[in-house]
Amino acid sequence: MILFLEKRANYSPLFSALSPVLALAFTLVFGTIMFSMLGVDPAKALYTYFVFPLTDAYLIEQIILKATPLILIAIGLSVCFRSGNWNIGAEGQYLIGGMFGAIIPVYFNDFQSPLLLPMMMIMGMIGGALFAAIPAFLKARFGTNEILTSLMLVYIAQQFVDWLVRGPWRDPQGMGFPGTKSFNESAILPELIPNGDAHFGTVFAVLVAIGVWFMLSKTLKGFEVTVLGECPRAGRFAGFSTKQMTIFAFLLSGALAGLAGIAEVSGSVEKLDDKLSLGYGFTAIIVAFLGRLNPLGILVAGLILALSYIGGEEAKIALQVSNRATNVFQGLLLFFVLACDTLIHYRIRLVTSSKAGGTG
Amino acid sequence: MDAQIVVSILISVCVASTPLLLAATGELVVERSGVLNLGVEGMMIIGAVAGFSVAQITGNPYIGALVAIGAGAVFSLLFAFLTLSLVTNQVATGLALTILGLGLSGMIGEGFVGQPGIKMTPIDIPILSDLPLVGKLLFGQDAIFYTSLILVGLVSWFLFRTRAGLMLRSVGDNAKSAHALGIPVIRIRYMAVMFGGACSGLAGAHLSLVYVPQWVEGMTAGRGWIALALVVFASWRPARLLVGAYLFGAVTIAQFHAQALGISIPAQFLTSLPYLATIIVLVIIARNRRMTMINTPASLGQPFVPDR
Repeated sequence: MILFLEKRANYSPLFSALSPVLALAFTLVFGTIMFSMLGVDPAKALYTYFVFPLTDAYLIEQIILKATPLILIAIGLSVCFRSGNWNIGAEGQYLIGGMFGAIIPVYFNDFQSPLLLPMMMIMGMIGGALFAAIPAFLKARFGTNEILTSLMLVYIAQQFVDWLVRGPWRDPQGMGFPGTKSFNESAILPELIPNGDAHFGTVFAVLVAIGVWFMLSKTLKGFEVTVLGECPRAGRFAGFSTKQMTIFAFLLSGALAGLAGIAEVSGSVEKLDDKLSLGYGFTAIIVAFLGRLNPLGILVAGLILALSYIGGEEAKIALQVSNRATNVFQGLLLFFVLACDTLIHYRIRLVTSSKAGGTG
Repeated sequence: MDAQIVVSILISVCVASTPLLLAATGELVVERSGVLNLGVEGMMIIGAVAGFSVAQITGNPYIGALVAIGAGAVFSLLFAFLTLSLVTNQVATGLALTILGLGLSGMIGEGFVGQPGIKMTPIDIPILSDLPLVGKLLFGQDAIFYTSLILVGLVSWFLFRTRAGLMLRSVGDNAKSAHALGIPVIRIRYMAVMFGGACSGLAGAHLSLVYVPQWVEGMTAGRGWIALALVVFASWRPARLLVGAYLFGAVTIAQFHAQALGISIPAQFLTSLPYLATIIVLVIIARNRRMTMINTPASLGQPFVPDR
């Protein structure tokens, strides 16, 4: 038997819509196998993972809280990936955004003003954008591989923030724990519902999704993103600049990752500490692909990945299953998404070797 | 400084360089066949956890290392199947391999966290290892160290002195022409990817059986990515990998000795050094476009679908 791909004359809109669903189905099938092998009742495990969290108002709020940074980061990444710029350093941009946004409340801890929050958010975006500008500039100016440079910067950002919260920024009254002083009231992002955990960052995420969706599908800039991504040569003939696009895509996604970072710092942790880096920048890559690099799709995909995090915590408590299974699910999901995307452009035929004519 | 201290520093440089050299050698062959596998980090960590867990269970680090080689190769098949048979995007699929490898290894290794590992004992080559100073440095190290050096030589010979190596390079330079000449493009690429997986697996085993030796989640700490950068640094030439890997090994070790010498730089900055060095090296290499252009496999990263 030989697997054989036959190019479709046109891309298949059916599979374009269906492929994320198919990928989710495959992941569930695989989850069933995995849990059976671990000796856990798969029905119970999958229920705990993917259904139970949706039956509880508190857990739904936790999902929304987790989904917020994932969505914000993934939307930025979608613009990068669509334009052929492989920014995989969003984790670092998220961290530096959080750190930059924290500068004002750290140095002016008593400063209170209605303008403080907007200033912090803007600072966060600037921080993320500046940090993303490094790989963008190196790529545009020297042709340096942006995949490697943006990733290396993640490690540097982690070390730098770690140094800050243990060194110069550490709260002297913090009992030796790494972390800054807690922010005052006016530096804390309002809650979504009174006394809840979810914060106003969710509103940013929805607004950004709509805004970037509009930019990508209705404006010339969006067209430029797509053309330069699919065929840079054609784009250059149209007068578009790949270098400017690199800078644009990185700055935008850096700013959004930075916004996600400061929204977490201000809305959720209420100070900068050493636990900000949780791998959202990498999970957001999965979110971006599951959402088919479409901001509105990413809204849904972000909620699905957030569900897997919360479900993992629940499964750990209820079934004593390691929540490491969550990371396995997420990794598999990306594999299945990529594999199913093949169906959009190709028909898959299984040919027995006698008919294959010897090539393969 | 005492000569003895210099030798012990040089030995630690060798230990730090070996995993980088191994993973980069594997990836170099993969890229020479025209495939960009960004999953080195994931394959390495799978090798690390497989090697460590098998060594713990069997009590034999050599069986651990062999299983790590196999695990890396099998894990890379996942990437090969997607990118070669289903023509998925190589960059995205490589990332997926890394993400899955980090997750899977965390799950497999959970029960082994904190256990003291079994260190692979150095093999003293008789007589030679008794030479003053250089004896222990060159002839008194672990088996994986020797393997890494032999492998660089073998790969260099294979790529540039054998017919099969020429075929592999032709597949990487122009898959269409190679296909037209009857060279089995996809089969060669499958084998190259698996070779890369095996090398990364062994590199991971070196971390968990020689370097650390323990299982720590995420213990590869970006070394797979540094290995990818090394391939660019070496402009796809195996011999130059030696220079690059040992340069980076030295930078890694420098951070420990800077602290010991009482240079008062925060530890976090020293830890950042290898990553910063990677960026700087990439910039320097990219500026020299001509050298890069000559050696870059011409169809690197481009998918190929054979017609019937």
